[in-house]
Amino acid sequence: MMTSHPLSRPDFIQVDHFSFHYGEKQAIFDIDMNIPEHQVTALIGPSGCGKSTLLRNLNRMNDLIDGVRHEGDIRIGGISLYDPSVEVISLRKRVGMVFQKYNPFAKSIYENVIFSLRVAGRSKKSELDATVEWALKSAALWDEVKDRLHDSAFGLSGGQQQRLCIARAIANQPEILLMDEPCAALDPLATLKIEELILELKHQFTIVIVTHNMEQATRCSDRTAFLYMGKLVEFGHTMQIFENPKHAETEGYISGRFS
Amino acid sequence: MKLSNSTSFATTGRSRNGEPWVWLTAAGLTFGVAMALGLFLLILIKGASSFWPRRIDLFEISAGPAAEKVAGYVTQETQRRDTAGTLHKEIQVFRGNKELNGEAFKFIDRSSIQSSSRPEALLLVERLEYGPAIVSAVALQTPAGKIPAGSSEFEQSLETILDQGRVARKKLLAIERGKIGAISRELASLARLEKSGNPDPPALAKRRGELQASFEILQQEAAAIRKTLAESSFTGITADGKEITYPAGTLLDVFPSNRAGFFERVGEMLLRMTRFLREDPREANTEGGVFPAIFGTVTMTLVMSLFVTPFGVIAAIYLREYAKQGAFVRMVRICVNNLAGVPSIVFGVFGLAFFVYFVGGGVDRWFFADQLPTPTYGTPGILWASLTLALLTLPVVIVATEEAISAVPRGVREAALACGASKWQTIQRIVLPASVPGILTGIILAMARGAGEVAPLMLVGVVKLAPTLPIDGIAPFIHPERKFMHLGFHIYDLGFQSPDAEAAKPIVYATALLLIVVVVGLNLTAILIRNRLKKRFAVSSF
Repeated sequence: MMTSHPLSRPDFIQVDHFSFHYGEKQAIFDIDMNIPEHQVTALIGPSGCGKSTLLRNLNRMNDLIDGVRHEGDIRIGGISLYDPSVEVISLRKRVGMVFQKYNPFAKSIYENVIFSLRVAGRSKKSELDATVEWALKSAALWDEVKDRLHDSAFGLSGGQQQRLCIARAIANQPEILLMDEPCAALDPLATLKIEELILELKHQFTIVIVTHNMEQATRCSDRTAFLYMGKLVEFGHTMQIFENPKHAETEGYISGRFS
Repeated sequence: MKLSNSTSFATTGRSRNGEPWVWLTAAGLTFGVAMALGLFLLILIKGASSFWPRRIDLFEISAGPAAEKVAGYVTQETQRRDTAGTLHKEIQVFRGNKELNGEAFKFIDRSSIQSSSRPEALLLVERLEYGPAIVSAVALQTPAGKIPAGSSEFEQSLETILDQGRVARKKLLAIERGKIGAISRELASLARLEKSGNPDPPALAKRRGELQASFEILQQEAAAIRKTLAESSFTGITADGKEITYPAGTLLDVFPSNRAGFFERVGEMLLRMTRFLREDPREANTEGGVFPAIFGTVTMTLVMSLFVTPFGVIAAIYLREYAKQGAFVRMVRICVNNLAGVPSIVFGVFGLAFFVYFVGGGVDRWFFADQLPTPTYGTPGILWASLTLALLTLPVVIVATEEAISAVPRGVREAALACGASKWQTIQRIVLPASVPGILTGIILAMARGAGEVAPLMLVGVVKLAPTLPIDGIAPFIHPERKFMHLGFHIYDLGFQSPDAEAAKPIVYATALLLIVVVVGLNLTAILIRNRLKKRFAVSSF
């Protein structure tokens, strides 16, 4: 279905004239953008602008809500997410997600990381052990928890829990990692660590991140999309968006005139 | 600047907003706690004191020309106004000896009491029939000869006789209920075999002959034991001078209430309590223990939880997770909640009609046709009682489980789904483990409600006296069709259906106390399990 390509494809995720409705209310109006592979794409914009909705459509998380409908299409690696042959479960195995509020399961650190393998029915001990080590190392958490892998995940600090959630999201080796304001509930130090992590992870994954933090977008994203009132106002290289915005709304937002 | 009370910011007196309301709410709580404590203390004191061996008084009374001596302990003080309008202060005395006096209690006018004393010779005699007796010892009859009271070997021999009686009763029970019971069960199955086409008549007849022979041997054994028992007896004399002889077989215990010291009395009290917990009831339940009722209550409650838990949890999962939330589901939810408000007797009627007659009758027709018209399952029994109560407590479990499931954070579910878990995997691995404490709370509430229910049980399985327990050593060991005894019904039966309500009063309090203890015990066990699981699922690893 979706094969990874050694070269970075500029149109890895294609959002094709996509509109989205929650019942009567339309949240996204005709967004058209291509998200490149192995880069960090930041979605910014004021609250309620539709950036989270767009993100949650990339792994069809919004399907859970009653009465939603969409127009247009989203394709990953050229294949439509809404193709009848695409199973939501296998899609979500290829598109990992990290949430705003860290949400580890009431299980041990070990079990948290391998949850996606468990639900996929894989239970070979050596494979699970290797996955835990690799995922926790990738999430820069291994050194801090390697001696207490079988303790409850709730014993970790907030920043550690969020990194555990990242490890959980990448354990399944997805192609895309979606992050919905991953640092909103963290202190500045923990935020810094996550940002460093994002820069590391982009070599392996295509990352789409929603953020309210302008500095964060400038620090760790390659491209930035500014959304306003459900519409894509401007999309380009992060440097260009922040230094030389073309639209008045973009300039207004990033200079803090409205939020 | 210091603000004095006279400033407009002073908050004193009635201007202190809300202060009266604090008092009102506190008073409400205090009233509630006082009521609960009062109820519990009353039952605790009355229940515990019914086991205390009280001192026996000897009253000399002269009512008109006749003088009379009455021995017994005071149970109550009352006042009575006669037809002339004079007030009489009376005491109610338990004097036992029901077979002599017709009634175990006597009212005595205080003004007619000439003297009262506590002679050490008075004994409280417990026996198999007619309730306790109060006598002074006269003599013992043993195979070796007569031993008069006061002789040096008297106490020793009395102990021997009591022990003999205990051992012999146990032996008789084993023979009559155990061995003879087994023989009659086999005879009955032989008869059924004969009715349904006899495969081998000579073999059948031979087996029947063998059984008959061993039956006679056992009967002879029992007769021999009875004969030995009849050789010993205890003779006592009542306060008004009548001699009574109690054969060793009927004698349970002789306690010197007036001679015993404090620790002896405490020991006797503990002995009576353990007997109350461990023995079968005697004499229309007014004497003896309540073991079958405890067993029935606990078994029924546990079986009920076993039924109600899976049903309730599955229904709640569907309602909360799968059903499309809309007008219909809302209506179903309202109906479920209203089910909790239906009077329990209505469930009893439903259980009788549906479980007993319809389901039980069907089971009988399909599997026990050879025993018809005698019903096996088509008659009230512990299985149907448990199912009826499971139905009664179903709403509690459904509501609690729904609450617990909906309390699982959305974020955690989304995280599981984002990891590629299916909906069922999310429910099974994330939602249900997190809801276990809440579900257990529902089960605890259901058990508390179910264990105390009496009304529906009277229709679907509870009886005044069940000769056998629903679980015993006779194959197939578990007998879900059997009728059973229940502490709640036992209280009702003793208090309102007993031939001697006055004599049953202490045992009513004791049984009420026991019912509370059993229900609280069941709940505490469930709470302990819940707390352990809470720890396991919330904090520590697994």
